[in-house]
Amino acid sequence: MSQLFENRSFVVPGDVLAEGGLRPGENTYRLQGKIYAARVGLVEYSRGGVSVIALESNYEPRVGEIVIGTVMDVDLGGWRVDIEGSSPALLNVSDVLDEPFKPEMVLPKVFDLGDVIVARVVSVSRDGTPILSTLGSNLGKVEKGRLVRMTPSKIPRLIGKKGSMVNMILKETGCQIVIGQNGIILVSCKDSGMGDLVVRVMQKIESEAHTTGLTNRIYEFIKEIKEKEKR
Amino acid sequence: MNTAKRKLIVDEVRLDGRKFDDIRPMKIESGVLPNANGSSYLEQGRNKILVGVFGPREMHPKHLADPHKAVLRCRYHMAPFSVDPRRSPAPSRRDTELSMVIRNALEPAIFLERYPRASIDAYAEILEADGSTRCACIVAASVALVDAGIPMRDLVVACSAGKVDGEIVLDLDDIEDKEGTADLPVAYMPKLGKVTLLQMDGILSPEEFDRAFQLTLEGGKKIYEFQREALKTKYAKQVEKGEKGSVEQV
Amino acid sequence: MSRFEVVSKLRRTRISTVIAQGKREDGRGLSDFRAIKIRKGIIDKAEGSAEVFLGNTRVIAGVKVDKGEPFSDTPNQAVLTVNAEFTPIASPTFEPGPPDETSVELARVVDRGIRSSEAIDLEKYCITPGKTVYVIFVDLFILNHSGNLIDASALASVAALQNTKLPKYALESDKISLLDTREPLELRDLPITVSIGKIGNNLIVDPTADEEEIMDTRLTIATNKDGHICAMQKSGSTGLDLEEIKKAINMAREKATEIRKLLMES
Repeated sequence: MSQLFENRSFVVPGDVLAEGGLRPGENTYRLQGKIYAARVGLVEYSRGGVSVIALESNYEPRVGEIVIGTVMDVDLGGWRVDIEGSSPALLNVSDVLDEPFKPEMVLPKVFDLGDVIVARVVSVSRDGTPILSTLGSNLGKVEKGRLVRMTPSKIPRLIGKKGSMVNMILKETGCQIVIGQNGIILVSCKDSGMGDLVVRVMQKIESEAHTTGLTNRIYEFIKEIKEKEKR
Repeated sequence: MNTAKRKLIVDEVRLDGRKFDDIRPMKIESGVLPNANGSSYLEQGRNKILVGVFGPREMHPKHLADPHKAVLRCRYHMAPFSVDPRRSPAPSRRDTELSMVIRNALEPAIFLERYPRASIDAYAEILEADGSTRCACIVAASVALVDAGIPMRDLVVACSAGKVDGEIVLDLDDIEDKEGTADLPVAYMPKLGKVTLLQMDGILSPEEFDRAFQLTLEGGKKIYEFQREALKTKYAKQVEKGEKGSVEQV
Repeated sequence: MSRFEVVSKLRRTRISTVIAQGKREDGRGLSDFRAIKIRKGIIDKAEGSAEVFLGNTRVIAGVKVDKGEPFSDTPNQAVLTVNAEFTPIASPTFEPGPPDETSVELARVVDRGIRSSEAIDLEKYCITPGKTVYVIFVDLFILNHSGNLIDASALASVAALQNTKLPKYALESDKISLLDTREPLELRDLPITVSIGKIGNNLIVDPTADEEEIMDTRLTIATNKDGHICAMQKSGSTGLDLEEIKKAINMAREKATEIRKLLMES
């Protein structure tokens, strides 16, 4: 069993990461006894496995994930939601109103074209179409705030280990942040200046996601800006 | 009136000063188009190419969707000012053929089966053309696909070789392509060792073919390093830019 | 990065609110242009070329010059033709194919600005009256759409014409032959196009793509170096009153002067 790169080195698709019995993890694939990288990123060897922390990744929905999207179509019995994935997501009436579709329901009154919603992925059909639900707390239509887009593969960095990064940002700015795993984030702050600060923080995370010590740097960054604003 | 055919090689040096096995000076950047999922810009000699990748996304029109895998669509398109004399913006038969061979060169490298019914669109826009543009498009599109975060088995490199004034040379420019006697563009997945594009135009003996093919593999190795570099330096540049990452309010 | 297919209501409200407060989402004032970058002479095979960045909007103009027949109704004038290609790399909403009405409108508005200002003396570039004239092609290639494609394209066109070197032809009895020398194209004016949008009751300059989605109407105004109007184009489905039009004209003249200065210094 051989580890062919240094841990956390930069790899591109096709790079042979290991030979032998290691488990092929995220963003890798196995072919004829070798494990190759499938996306560009940093290789990570762990006990018994190898994966790639992707620097670029299109969004692939998983059951249980929270996503944020825009209603792009009102259909018979439900809605189609744009979550910027490989296919639009489906939201059925029964997953919104907790009752089956009745002909007298006026669906646009519930969610209309252009409405932003926070939803959970409840299943993914065989052809990759995500099925959503807004039943549950903190799900449903978004009335205020602003949306920011980050690369989906960088969302874990925004969250941090056990939420360390996002919790720090919430504490320091007093804003509410809802993170969609599809890379769309809802930011609502009482003070629009804080909102601007949170957007700048996300820009910094987006460009430095692959570096270490980021949480501390972001903390210092926020402090610096807040002090400047005070003056 | 007979004009003597000009010499393309004098004293083992090509018209632009290159040796037989030199590729033209090259530069590749990734992540250059904010509206695309992935993108790249490539210069190779006077070739200047921009590639934008969109997808995987919902296929339009729906009836062209494949229930088993994503459909890769490629478009080779030249700007009217990219050549001399100016060419019409309307697509030609050559454009249609090249779009197809480029698609065939890239398909084996992409995990299309992961996204049934979706489309992945790779559009190559040629801003300036100076020979071997189909190879340059494949090289650039490969980088753009990786930049889009689409899972791939390998990168795809491509390079041409040919016969000019009786010599086998690497990376033909426009004059060498037009006035030479053979043109061999080759694309392959370097880590998996599989050829995905192979075309030949002209006449080569089997030995000459072997030599030319070998040259494309050597050229491809050098080009591969430019592709890696393009993907890697994007991140170094981002850290330099500081806060100005590609985050957008939507 | 791709965009949502539908601009969300949240975004529309946010943009309208911010504009009603006299600012833009990106911090600009209502009559501020985004950062403009002009690069000239970037395509060797073209007789003239320029690339313009207007914020993230990116356009290349390439000028190709040939000789050909004049139009029958203007036998002593060179032919100038402007064409625009909305390439599919510029936006997920652009599909490959022949120019649609927006693309044709853009090309024609850019053409009018150049033609009406008489920036090029078309009669000067006639070779043999009625038979052979210079044919000047200005081809626009939209590379990234972040709004205000018209102003970026018009600027790129004029910048490209500024560095255009014409092939020279020699006339010997009936034969026309190409000489080795080149001659710079003479530009007598620098028409600058400024587009103004209306959102709510406010007029904004240089709209972004999202502002264009929620804009009620757009008025594009081209002015020459004397501040005279040489082209106008209104598009959109709501009306403008005379006050607004006058205000727009003033905004356009002011911004055109700033941009012309930038163009001359680039």
